[in-house]
Amino acid sequence: MSPKPLDYESLNENVKKVQYAVRGELYLRASELQKEGKKIIFTNVGNPHALGQKPLTFPRQVIALCQAPFLLDDPNVGLLFPADAIARAKHYLSLTSGGLGAYSDSRGLPGIRKEIAEFIERRDGYPSDPELIYLTDGASKGVMQMLNALIRNEKDGILVPVPQYPLYSAAISLYGGSLVPYYLEEEANWGLDINQLRQSISAARMKGLTVRAMVIINPGNPTGQCLSEANIKELLIFCYQENLVLLADEVYQQNIYQNERPFISSRKVLFDMGLPISKEVQLVSFHTVSKGYWGECGQRGGYFEMTNLPAKSVDEIYKVASISLSPNVPGQIFLGLMVNPPKPGDISYLKYATESKAILESLKRRAHIMTDGFNSCRNVVCNFTEGAMYSFPQIRLPPRAIEAAKSAGKAPDVFYCLKLLEATGISTVPGSGFGQKEGVFHLRTTILPAEEDMPAIMDSFKKFNDEFMEQYEDYRGYSRM
Amino acid sequence: MLSAVRLLVMPSAYSRSCKTKPGSHPFDEILYCNIGNPQSLGQLPITFFREVLALCDHPPLLDKSETHALFSADAIARACKILDVIPGRATGAYSHSQGIKGLRDAIAAGIAARDGFPANPDDIFLTDGASPAVHMMMQLLIRNEKDGILCPIPQYPLYSASIALHGGSVVPYYLDESTGWGLEISELKKQLEDARSKGITVRALVVINPGNPTGQVLGEENQKEIVNFCKNEGLVLLADEVYQENIYVNDKKFNSFKKIARSMGYGDDDLPLVSFQSVSKGYYGECGKRGGYMEVTGFGPEVREQIYKVASVNLCSNISGQILASLIMNPPKVGDESYESYAAERNGILSSLARRAKALENAFNSFEGVTCNKAEGAMYLFPRLRLPRKAIQAAKAVNAAPDAFYAGRLLDTTGIVVVPGSGFGQVPGTWHVRCTILPQEDKIPAIISRLKAFHEAFMEEFRD
Repeated sequence: MSPKPLDYESLNENVKKVQYAVRGELYLRASELQKEGKKIIFTNVGNPHALGQKPLTFPRQVIALCQAPFLLDDPNVGLLFPADAIARAKHYLSLTSGGLGAYSDSRGLPGIRKEIAEFIERRDGYPSDPELIYLTDGASKGVMQMLNALIRNEKDGILVPVPQYPLYSAAISLYGGSLVPYYLEEEANWGLDINQLRQSISAARMKGLTVRAMVIINPGNPTGQCLSEANIKELLIFCYQENLVLLADEVYQQNIYQNERPFISSRKVLFDMGLPISKEVQLVSFHTVSKGYWGECGQRGGYFEMTNLPAKSVDEIYKVASISLSPNVPGQIFLGLMVNPPKPGDISYLKYATESKAILESLKRRAHIMTDGFNSCRNVVCNFTEGAMYSFPQIRLPPRAIEAAKSAGKAPDVFYCLKLLEATGISTVPGSGFGQKEGVFHLRTTILPAEEDMPAIMDSFKKFNDEFMEQYEDYRGYSRM
Repeated sequence: MLSAVRLLVMPSAYSRSCKTKPGSHPFDEILYCNIGNPQSLGQLPITFFREVLALCDHPPLLDKSETHALFSADAIARACKILDVIPGRATGAYSHSQGIKGLRDAIAAGIAARDGFPANPDDIFLTDGASPAVHMMMQLLIRNEKDGILCPIPQYPLYSASIALHGGSVVPYYLDESTGWGLEISELKKQLEDARSKGITVRALVVINPGNPTGQVLGEENQKEIVNFCKNEGLVLLADEVYQENIYVNDKKFNSFKKIARSMGYGDDDLPLVSFQSVSKGYYGECGKRGGYMEVTGFGPEVREQIYKVASVNLCSNISGQILASLIMNPPKVGDESYESYAAERNGILSSLARRAKALENAFNSFEGVTCNKAEGAMYLFPRLRLPRKAIQAAKAVNAAPDAFYAGRLLDTTGIVVVPGSGFGQVPGTWHVRCTILPQEDKIPAIISRLKAFHEAFMEEFRD
C-alpha cells in the first residue's frame, strides 16, 4: 500500500500553527450563508470597493491607457480620456521596460521608486533614497519578506501589539519565530505604554528569547489609534536601547479622523531626533495602495522603505526579492499615481480632489456614527476610531453567555459574532482573532459600509445586542472574569 | 557566485554607459538573452486580451458610446461578462482567496476543453504568477532539512531557491543531454534510493514540461512512467507547465500531467498532483502582470484547508492578473469577431519563436566545440561548451566558473547577456550557457554573427 505523501500529519507544522481569522471561521460561515441566499454585510476585512466605494477616476483612466497602449495612437482617444491621463499614461509607460507585460527590476521600476522617494521627502522633509525602496505585491508581501529575513528560529522573538492585524502573528508562525505581545491600553484609547513594552521584553528574554524587532501599526489596526509624536519618540528610544529593528506599518496614513494626532511617519520622528539615534535605529516602513482613500486592494501594490540597514542586509533582501522576479507592474503604477496625484491646475485635479475629499469626509462621519452607535448599546464600550478603517468595540459578555459559548465549543466572542451573523447578516471578526486581554472580548468591524446604510446597520446591531444581553443577563448583571 | 551577480549588475551599468559614453564599449547596445521576458524585447501583447483588461480596469468606459469606436465588440462583451462575475463589479476589491469564483469556473472550463477531462474550480488557486504557488507548495511540503524534493538538473532555479528558503533538501535528478534531455525513470529511481539511504524523506517530484532551460517536451509514454513512479513511491507530482503553449516541433504535443493521469484511469483520489500555469509565457508573454494558478488535485480536505489558509494570509492575488489567467485559458474562438486578428497575432509570435529557436540552435551547433540540443518548446537554448584547458585555467585564476567566465567575456565583447549553466545545474565538468530565443527576429542575424565572431576569437585565444 503506497503511503500518502501529503496527509495532514505530514504537513509542515508551522503551516498548521498559522491562524488568520480575517478569512477564518466567521468569514467562511458568512460565505456559506450568502450562498444560501442570506444578505450578508461583509465587514470582516478592510475592502472598501467591496462595499460600494468607487475607485478614483484618474488612476483607472491612466491604467486603462497603459493596459491598451494602442489607444494612445487612436485619433479618438481624447473623446474618452482627458489629456492629463493620456500624458501620465505615456509617462508611466516610458518608465517601464516594455509596457505592463514585462518583468521590471525585482525591486520595482526605478522611475516609480524615485517618485516614491520624492513623495517621502515632501511628506517628511528629509531625503529618501530610491535604492532603499522596494515595491511588492501588496504591503503584506513586504512584511513577510522582512519577517522571513529576521526570524532564524523559534528563539527569535518579534514584539507585536495586542490587538494586532493577524498578518503578523500568522507570518511569525509560518517562519517559526515567537510572538512577544505588548498590550495596548484600552482605557487610554489604545495607547502604547512604554512600561508595558519593557515588561514584555524582559519576560521574553527571561524565557531565553532574542527579541529582534518591534512592530507598530500606526494608525492602528484593529484599534485605530494614532500615535503621538512623543509616543513615537519613546518607542524609537526604546528600540535604540534594546537594539530592535522597528517595523512601522503605516498603511493607514491617509486615514486620519481627528486633528489632535495627525499622521507623522516614524522616519520623520527618527530624523528629527538627530544623532546618534537617527543613524543607529534600523527602521522598515510599509505603505500600500489598498487603504487610504484609494482602497485599491485588488491591485496588490505596496512598498517598504529601509532606513539604517547595512548594505549586506539590503543585498540579502534584494536576493530574496529577485526570486519572485518582479512585483506586478500595474500595481507599481498605482503606487506612482498615489504618491503623485493630480495637482491644482491639472485638468483632472478638481474631480480627483472632490472624489478624495468625499471619501475621507464620509469615512470620518462613519467613524463617528459607528463609535456612537456602539456606545449606545448595552454592555458595549467603544473607543473612537481615530484612524484606519475599523471599529473594535468591547462586548461585556454576561457569565451565562460565556457558559453557553463553552457548551457550544466556541470562544465567547466567536459565539457572539456567529449569533450576530445569523441574526443580522453582519459578518465581523471576533476579537480573539486579533488578540486581547484574557477575559475581555471584542469584535472588529469596518467603518466601510455605505454611509446611507450605516444607521440601519447600527440599529440592526443594537437590536441584536440588546436582545442577546436580555437573554443572557441574569438579575445580578454581568461581570468580567 | 560573484560572476553571476556581476552578470546581473553589469548589463544595466553597460546599458547606461552605452547611452552616456558612446564608443566606450565594442558594442552600442546590450542584447538581453538572459531572462524569459518577451515584452521587454519588443514582443507585443495580444490585442484582445489588453482590450478586455483595459475595459475591466475602467468600467465607466462601457457606458460611453465612443467606446465602440475604439474597442472590438467581443472585447466589450467579454469585459461585461467578466465584470458580471466580479462581486459588485469591483476590480479594486480583495477577492476570494483562491481567486474570483466566476474566473475559476472559466479556467476550469478551459482546462477541461484542453484535456478532455473535467476540472473543478475549487481545485484552482489563482496566484501572483506561478512562482508564489510553487512557494506555497514548498512551504506545505517541507518540514525540515530531512525533507527532500526531486528536482531536474538542469532546472529553473526557482525550485532550488524555494527549497533552500523553506529549509528543505534538493534531491537532484539528471536529465540526459545525449538523448535530447531525456528523463529516465532509472535515474529517478537511483536518486530517490540514494536520498532515502541518506535519511531523506523524499516528498515530491518536480517536472518542468516543456523544460527550462532545456526545452524538451516529454513524450506521452515518458509521462505515464513518471505518473506511475510518483504513485508507487508516494510522491506529490509538481508539474510546472508554464510553457505549455510554447511548442515548436510537429512531432511533439503538450499533454498536461492531469490529462495523462486521468487517461491512465487515475482519479482525483489516486494521485496528488499540482499543476502550475502562468500568463508570463506562451504567446502572451505577460510577465509584468503576475498572473498564474495552480490546480491542486488528489489531496484530502484537511490538507486543502491548510492550502486555503496559507493563501488567505495574503488575502488574494491581483485581480487584473486573475482576469488575464481566465483569458489565456479561454481565448477568442473561431467565429468571434476578434478571432482572425487574435489568431494572426498568436501564430505570428509562435512561428517566429520557432524560427528563432531553429536559427540559434543551428548557429550554436556550427561553433567549434559546441553542441546544442533542439528547443522543442519553452523559450531557451542551452548549448554545451567544450572549453579548452587554457580557458578553464584562466577562469580559475579569476575565481569564476568556466561558463561564467565565458559569459562574462561574451558580455564585455559583444553586449550579449546570457546566463551561465552553473546557475541551472549541470553534470559536473560540463559547461553550458542559457540563451533565450526572445530578441526580435530582425536582430537574430546580428546576434548570431556577433556570437560566432566572439566564439572564434575566444577559442583562438585559449587554444592549447
